[in-house]
Amino acid sequence: MKTDHLIRALAADDKRAAPLARFLYVALAAAFLLAAILFAIRLGPRDDIAAVALDPRFLFKFVVTLLLAATALALALRLARPGAETGYSWLVLAAAPALLAFGVLVELAAMPAASWGTRLVGTNWLYCLTYVPLLSLPLLAAALIGLRHGAPTRPALAGAVAGLLAGGLGAALYAAHCTDDSPLFVATWYTIAIGGVTILGSLIGRKVLRW
Amino acid sequence: MRNKPVMHDELSVGTRVREREAEWTGLMRRAIGGDASAYERLLKALAPGLRAAARRGLTRAGKSDADAEDVVQETLLAIHLKRHTWDAAAPLGPWVRAIARNKLIDALRRRGRRIEIPVDDFADILPDTTEQPSGIVGDVARNLGELPDRQRNVVQAIAVEGVSITETAARLSVSEGAVRVALHRGLAAIAIKLRESEP
Repeated sequence: MKTDHLIRALAADDKRAAPLARFLYVALAAAFLLAAILFAIRLGPRDDIAAVALDPRFLFKFVVTLLLAATALALALRLARPGAETGYSWLVLAAAPALLAFGVLVELAAMPAASWGTRLVGTNWLYCLTYVPLLSLPLLAAALIGLRHGAPTRPALAGAVAGLLAGGLGAALYAAHCTDDSPLFVATWYTIAIGGVTILGSLIGRKVLRW
Repeated sequence: MRNKPVMHDELSVGTRVREREAEWTGLMRRAIGGDASAYERLLKALAPGLRAAARRGLTRAGKSDADAEDVVQETLLAIHLKRHTWDAAAPLGPWVRAIARNKLIDALRRRGRRIEIPVDDFADILPDTTEQPSGIVGDVARNLGELPDRQRNVVQAIAVEGVSITETAARLSVSEGAVRVALHRGLAAIAIKLRESEP
């Protein structure tokens, strides 16, 4: 086929794809609903949620995980647009880890050293390592589907950012169940769990985000 | 290899490139708004620069530039199928260059060479060249043959014979909507086959 012929066919094709951001939001919203149902069936909110609803440590878990998800979402939308990635937009990803590091420092300053160990190990770390990735899986699928609708020029990287996004949202859900509220616990186990989702996202992204 | 025009100094070349980019950005905005003729003009205007960049990239990687037209067609298909990823508030140039670079890397990878292409190679994707498209091109034509009948017939009629959608619908005794769907699916299928093909 001659290139001019191909162009003629392309110009005649007036089927529109859904806008990138809207497509990603819809996919994520559907997956979040699914993850929330999974959460309700398997875990449910912790029993004393009414009592701790305003506890700073409890709320801090949501701030950190949702901040991670929001920054990853912003970056994912850039990575899905060819030519849109720029160096500085990476810096937003540092916001959640920086905030968490600050929380850890405050915790270390406020609490006696003797309690650090129990605070770090917590009571539910195996649950955390199991359910954060599990709740993240539908969200990871949605994020990857959303990115596939885009055109990421760096598939492995885009997949990793999809993993951070899914891991952040999955961890925020899990945080409502989890009774370990110390930033020491969050910095250790949440990080490992989200890190696993990130690696998985990168590995899958490498395969499925080509276009 | 093409040289920069010696008659122009850097400033005027830069100005010309900027003006053309602005014009193409405007054409793309109209195309997104539904202006098919602006879209066709845009794709035709982009092709020579894409061709020059593809030839340069293939040659530099030690590959024959005979495949350049395949890379051009893959790039045009990607521009078309991914045009919703262009931010209409942004200039078109960086978006087109990123897609062209990506498709060239893909093509080289498929030809058994992992290579980093400097972004600079696409810096002058925009200046015009006078070179004309070569004749029949391999990959797209070959993949066209592998499409399901309906899609192949529709793409064939509209692309090669230049028949309108209405006329194609009448000729194949199907609705115009069915022709539009078959055209879109056919083009998307060709893009997938190209990506997965092993020459």
